[in-house]
Amino acid sequence: MAFEPREEQKELKYKELRIYSDEELNNYTEEELKGFKIKHEIPVCEELEKGPWPSFVADAKREALHRRKLADDRMMIERDVVEDLLGQLEISFKEGETHWKHGGIVGVFGYGGGVIGRYSDLPDKFPSIAHFHTMRVNQPASKFYSSDYLRSICDLWEYRGSGMMNMHGSTGDIIFLGTFTEQLEPIFYELGHVLQQDLGGSGSNLRTPSCCIGRARCEWACYDTQDMCYELTHYYQDELHRPAFPYKFKFKFDGCPNCCVASIARADMSFIGTWRDKIQVDQKAVKAYTGGEIKPNAGAHAGKDWGAFDIQKEVIDLCPTRCMRMEDGRLEINDAECNRCMHCINVMPQALRPGKDTGVSILLGAKAPILEGAQMSLLTIPFMKVEPPYDNVKENVIEPVWDWWMEEGKNRERLGELIQRQGIQKLLEVLNIPPMPQMVKEPRSNPYIFWKEEDVPGGFKRSIEDYRSRHAR
Amino acid sequence: MALSTERLGLYNPNKPMENRLTDLGPRHFWQYFPPIIQKNYGKWKYHEILEPGILVHVAESGDKVFTVRCGGCRFMTVEHVREICDIADKHCDGYVRFTTRNNIEFMVDSQNKMEALKKDLNSRKHVSGSYKFPIGGTGAGLTNIVHTQGYIHCHTPATDASSMVKAVLDELFDYFQGMTFPAQVRISMACCLNMCGAVHCSDIALLGYHRKPPIVDNEVLDKVCEIPLVIAACPTAAISPTKTEDGKKSVKIKEERCMFCGNCYTMCMAVPLADKVGDCVTIMAGGKVSNRISPPKFSKVVVPGLPNNFPRYPEVCQSVKQILEAYAADANKYERIGDWAERIGWERFFEKTGLPFTEHLIDDYRLAYDTYRTSSQFKYTEASWNVSRAVGGIE
Repeated sequence: MAFEPREEQKELKYKELRIYSDEELNNYTEEELKGFKIKHEIPVCEELEKGPWPSFVADAKREALHRRKLADDRMMIERDVVEDLLGQLEISFKEGETHWKHGGIVGVFGYGGGVIGRYSDLPDKFPSIAHFHTMRVNQPASKFYSSDYLRSICDLWEYRGSGMMNMHGSTGDIIFLGTFTEQLEPIFYELGHVLQQDLGGSGSNLRTPSCCIGRARCEWACYDTQDMCYELTHYYQDELHRPAFPYKFKFKFDGCPNCCVASIARADMSFIGTWRDKIQVDQKAVKAYTGGEIKPNAGAHAGKDWGAFDIQKEVIDLCPTRCMRMEDGRLEINDAECNRCMHCINVMPQALRPGKDTGVSILLGAKAPILEGAQMSLLTIPFMKVEPPYDNVKENVIEPVWDWWMEEGKNRERLGELIQRQGIQKLLEVLNIPPMPQMVKEPRSNPYIFWKEEDVPGGFKRSIEDYRSRHAR
Repeated sequence: MALSTERLGLYNPNKPMENRLTDLGPRHFWQYFPPIIQKNYGKWKYHEILEPGILVHVAESGDKVFTVRCGGCRFMTVEHVREICDIADKHCDGYVRFTTRNNIEFMVDSQNKMEALKKDLNSRKHVSGSYKFPIGGTGAGLTNIVHTQGYIHCHTPATDASSMVKAVLDELFDYFQGMTFPAQVRISMACCLNMCGAVHCSDIALLGYHRKPPIVDNEVLDKVCEIPLVIAACPTAAISPTKTEDGKKSVKIKEERCMFCGNCYTMCMAVPLADKVGDCVTIMAGGKVSNRISPPKFSKVVVPGLPNNFPRYPEVCQSVKQILEAYAADANKYERIGDWAERIGWERFFEKTGLPFTEHLIDDYRLAYDTYRTSSQFKYTEASWNVSRAVGGIE
């Protein structure tokens, strides 16, 4: 099946878009790089060139040399940015303190996010990074790329920015690390007009949504994570670019309960794929596992001798609900008792697969510790079918929750904190759903129930005279 | 249309709203899928890890896609990304993918192409010797460490990120290229409590932490900050309004109430916390996000504060190794670090890892009671005998 983008996608060909010639791109030799010294002394940074793991310092020096050898008019900000960044990093190591100033409000017209202002507090020493603003570029769902796209992005960013980036930031964006204020609008125009590409979110708005690899290359995706991520990102562009929320809000899309994008720990609204029918079992393949023909867990434990595969010990006894058993050489699963933890499927991917009647569980309110402590998402919607254009999710879940949070949320209060402050009971009201025991680990152990007047026969209004007619003072 | 080369490109500062394009969103994902991915989208049958870092996914059609996973730095220059493009062009018809954990994945459609790709990747090294594209990060091994900006680009860090990740992964490199653990191990790093990396559910979390209360910049505070917001930012009500001797409005900090979260500094630049010796590294362990076997869990603080010993952080590397070595030797197959610690008991965790248990590790913030042990079920370790001895219960 092919997908229709919401708007026609301009084909990007590097050979038509490029800024730099082959000669400019290959303007230094390995020999030169070996002998290359940046303009600052950076012995502490250079220590980080040793060892087997890829060295970001070695990479940075490569870019520093490349910029040294480009002509003056082939970069719109100073050529020294990489050298100055390393110089400032060296001082930070020596002093044990960062040298980036606090904040700074910059951006592109009409957007309240996507650009994060950053200034060095050592501008005299490192003038080329006096301004060093970050731009967040909204990545395509699940981070597949063509080299045409990436090379074009690289030329744009080397020409108008520092040439340093993050692939990717924690939330998922491509991060452009460092440019001067003057170049923010030009970069935004090039991204939009030439590359048909928008910025991501920052500040108190919808942050750039992200998803797992999903159906592109995983047999377990219970819904189309890429499509849902793409659709909701486009549908909520206004919320993404124009901060109107009490604080940040994150969507993340995991295709199954393995949670490869960690939605349950990081997203205010976590979409986790699941199913409501039976695990698909191929008994022949089960036999192949028990007979030792197929390595368990897709070969994940091959580095150590764990002995022969024992289905009783490794699958049946580890099942959290003990809903499986072997009977006459067949694996029997009592699916009604299964809580879909994925363990058996992970161990025997060729024999077991998630069911066919799939959808999402929606969990609300995860966040990092600032302020009231870390929270994981609360299981709120047990199962929901999700099909494009996802109107049931938009209308029945996302928008009621946002309306509530925008109305009641305090400044810098995440959704999870609002749920704690006003209670799950309020959330039930907002979503117009009944309570279910699945929302809690256990019922409350205190009886301090906030009974509502309408819950109690006769209401709260009583007269003391009536009471006193039966009880003397 | 080529990318522009004029100083301001397509932007006209005299007419900033002219031709402004907004709300385009991200580009559509489908065009970036290699043909084999497009063809088999949603029709994958199973996968295998052929060796560390090498996966094969088999489709219902019988098609196979081979993936080579390489560790990547989150920080990358355009020079590095162009080299990734060269590799993608040479071996993968120009396609490449990045994972959530900053790995780079190259995909090909045959075993032969995979072998050639692998050889090419292994041959690429920086002039100073480190690998550019180390292969690994799969299965019951250590995958790439996700992290935050640190001194490279952030204004609130209590340590640096890129350097610590480099130091730790150099030490643990064999684990990245092997699959010798009982289950996968996810290490994450955040350079302050804001945790833009959300590390709080990782097998091991490395966290930069301030340990000195803010210094108040009385000269400017009233001019650059909203005093009520600064006061409201404090979760422990340690900040109150005051006036300086020369009559300036400012705030004062009740130091014994400060838990060093830095939320006030996020709201106000005039109350910095950073300090060379005050800032430290906290290690947390036993968290996870997967629902496999046991529910997702938070990481727990197991080392309260280690020095920021740049650039190699030997104390941090040592503590992480102690945890991993004890775990690798003792845990059952499929057990994550947190599952292992819960099975053997946290008292045994500290005994087996050799990490000292100090009073800092006992919760005294809100909901601390939830972590108290209210049972006579415990295991004897040296730590418990020390208590018995101290109270005169035993010789």
